[in-house]
Amino acid sequence: MAQLLDPILIMALALNFVALGVSRIKGVVNAVALQGILLGFLPLLVHPEIHPRGILLVVVTIALKGYVIPWFLLHAMREANIQHEVNPVVGYMSSLFLGAVGTGLAIVYSSTLPLASEHAEMLFVPASLATVWTGFLMLTTRRKAIMQVLGYLILENGLFLFGVLLLEAMPFLVEAGVLLDLFTAVFVMGIIIHHISREFASISTEHLSELKE
Amino acid sequence: MGAIVSVILVLLGIIVVGLSGLPGLLGARTSMIGQRGAMALGVVGSALGLAGVGWFWATGDGEPLSLPTSLPGGVVRVAIDGLSAIFVAPVFVISALGGVYGLGYWRQTEHPRDGRKLRFFYGLMSAAMGLVVIAGDGVVFLIGWEIMALAAFFLVTTEDDQEEVRVAGWIYLAAAHVATLCLFGVFALLHSAGGTFAWVRLEPGGVTRPMATAIFTLALLGFGLKAGMMPLHIWLPSAHAIAPSHVSAMMSGVILKMGIYGLVRVTSLFSNPPVAWGVVVLALGAISGVLGVAFAIGQHDLKRLLAYHSIENIGIILMGLGLALIGRSLGRADWVALGLAGALLHVWNHSLFKALLFLSAGSVVHATHTREMDQLGGLSRTMPWTALAFLTGAVAICGLPPLNGFVSEFLIYVGLFGTLGTGAGPSFLGASFAAPALALIGALAAACFAKAFGVVFLGTARTRRAVHADESPATMLVPMFALVGCCAVIGLMPFLVAPTLERGIAAWAPELATTTRLCALAPLGWISVMGLVLLGLLLLASLALGSLVKLGTAATGPVWGCGYAAPTARIQYTASSFAATLVGMFRWVLLPRVKRSRYLPLFPGRAAYHGHVPDVVLDDVVLPAFRLGGWIFSWFRVFQRGSIQMYVFYIFLALVLLLLWR
Repeated sequence: MAQLLDPILIMALALNFVALGVSRIKGVVNAVALQGILLGFLPLLVHPEIHPRGILLVVVTIALKGYVIPWFLLHAMREANIQHEVNPVVGYMSSLFLGAVGTGLAIVYSSTLPLASEHAEMLFVPASLATVWTGFLMLTTRRKAIMQVLGYLILENGLFLFGVLLLEAMPFLVEAGVLLDLFTAVFVMGIIIHHISREFASISTEHLSELKE
Repeated sequence: MGAIVSVILVLLGIIVVGLSGLPGLLGARTSMIGQRGAMALGVVGSALGLAGVGWFWATGDGEPLSLPTSLPGGVVRVAIDGLSAIFVAPVFVISALGGVYGLGYWRQTEHPRDGRKLRFFYGLMSAAMGLVVIAGDGVVFLIGWEIMALAAFFLVTTEDDQEEVRVAGWIYLAAAHVATLCLFGVFALLHSAGGTFAWVRLEPGGVTRPMATAIFTLALLGFGLKAGMMPLHIWLPSAHAIAPSHVSAMMSGVILKMGIYGLVRVTSLFSNPPVAWGVVVLALGAISGVLGVAFAIGQHDLKRLLAYHSIENIGIILMGLGLALIGRSLGRADWVALGLAGALLHVWNHSLFKALLFLSAGSVVHATHTREMDQLGGLSRTMPWTALAFLTGAVAICGLPPLNGFVSEFLIYVGLFGTLGTGAGPSFLGASFAAPALALIGALAAACFAKAFGVVFLGTARTRRAVHADESPATMLVPMFALVGCCAVIGLMPFLVAPTLERGIAAWAPELATTTRLCALAPLGWISVMGLVLLGLLLLASLALGSLVKLGTAATGPVWGCGYAAPTARIQYTASSFAATLVGMFRWVLLPRVKRSRYLPLFPGRAAYHGHVPDVVLDDVVLPAFRLGGWIFSWFRVFQRGSIQMYVFYIFLALVLLLLWR
């Protein structure tokens, strides 16, 4: 089973670039959903002798990241009547370039980290860092609130990758708590998107700067 | 077994008191049922708690109750010893009496908006104070402390629709949190010095000098802020003035004592403190005492005046504690006994007579709807019972026999005079300043209460409000006279409380206290005799005076009429004019602000005078400092771009820096 790990991680990395380079929101939602499903299977591959609670966690993770949240976002998209991120702060080509640079730096940086020997040869840590970087990139360079939610989801996927490494050390409760946080956050943001679009007739977060005082 | 009974009874009492306001939250806004229920639960809980304390005094030393939990430290410890028993008793007494008083003072039917909130937090705050005092370790102590501080914030801001109340509430909240922050430091250091959060005595060799100094300094800051020690008292006057009066009674009578309790408890852990600690506490006490009463004289708001007197009395308590600390450093059991007994007894006394004074002031406010003394006058004719209660409280707080304030101040005097006999040294130097300071405090307090009582209750009514004042209902008078009774009992029979105080001393300094008997150190029996004689003489004198007045056929006129053809209430001494001389003497620290008509015209015309004594530390030091801080921090506004993208970018930068930082 372990030989499947690296292909999955490489696919997850590739999906990062899809998310960065595509302007159709629906496409980004699908990419993020696919990434969530792929990563959701990882605990089974890393720890084959997983106990029932872990399986429950895997099922809930996949259901939430692969189906519930994407459905919710597509619904919000239809509500707000938007299809594209029109005018990002940093263009798509530049985003792809920055993503590539970040992924390269992540691989270089993780080779300098004092990792446990069984983790050092796998792609886990670089993939995790690169995904977090992608998430931050999305969050800082996109104007549409829904794209930022997607950036946040990618960021969380990166953290989840880290968490898989620590699955044995980390209590079930922590994982479940993170999942709950994620769900609540997306839920709240969905509501906010809805309200922004209703008030300002667009979901660009730039209009919110007038609320800063 | 007996020891566990007392702890369990007190804990039960705390739980019942803490939940007393809860059922009322579900009740109707305009029904009195919730309030009566809360009052009943409060009284029952207090009775349970007092029974526990009584059991402890009857049976002797308590063993701690430990419950395993997941809190830091692993176990929760609650325990009663001689010190906690002394501090927990006023919590229950004042809380129950205040609850009864609230039935008349803050009727649910008259305050439908905030009455339920008030009672809920009132119970919670009382219970939290109980928890603070019986906490056997720092974790429970801090939990109780924080609940107490927050509940008190909601009580101070009961009438949060008023600007003045919100400002006072913020200042209180800021001060309370600074205090809590210091206490976190204290307990962290104590943990690293003793290896546990429980109260353990630190052996002289077990703790280094800088560590001990750090613990003491932080404790002095944190507990001093709560107790209202002089430079740290900024939150106290306005919070006491604007809270409902039974809450003011709790705050002044009991919350301030939690600061004193903390200081007493933490200093009890050091069996050989440096002499400097005692001298510092003694000096701070003297400063708080003298300046507290000086500020009180300048006030024209009745409750604010009482609030400054709390600072004065905290000063007296600190002087007693300072004397005890000096005695402990120098191995003088008699100084420890007299100083600590004076301090602990003054804790009781102050909570009794200050609660009495605040409740009496509340009665005045309830009848006239103003705290401005210059709007009142002549109330002793319309509110005779309130006037009698206030007068009793005033005599007690001035430290005059035959009431309780005299006894505790007497103990501290005897102790201070004892230090004079030793000749040179820091203790001699401290005492030679402290004893005159204590005398000065007493004299100024007497002057201040002559002003307060005279302006409010004597003379003639200055406004229509004062003319139409009605005596308060029995629900308010009964708690007041219960407190009058307590003041009289301690004042006339101080030997009754001596065993209790000896237990407290034994808990504070077990290595010194086995041989000390208070009755042998101070003539407590003679105090009783002299008090009774004085009372008898007073009675005789008043009888004689009464018969003389009846015999005479003198014409009556308005007070301060001075024989004028058309006297007016405005020719009386006002609060400002009565205090003008003394305020002038303390001009260098009070910095009074006066606005008056500069040139009086040749013929009588309009003239105006407005005098005000602000809080120097708050208005001239703390607030300007905060404004400066606000100006400096306004430069950080450039980072507030109002764009989510930028904020995420800041987070990202911080993350990268953390990753690169080794």
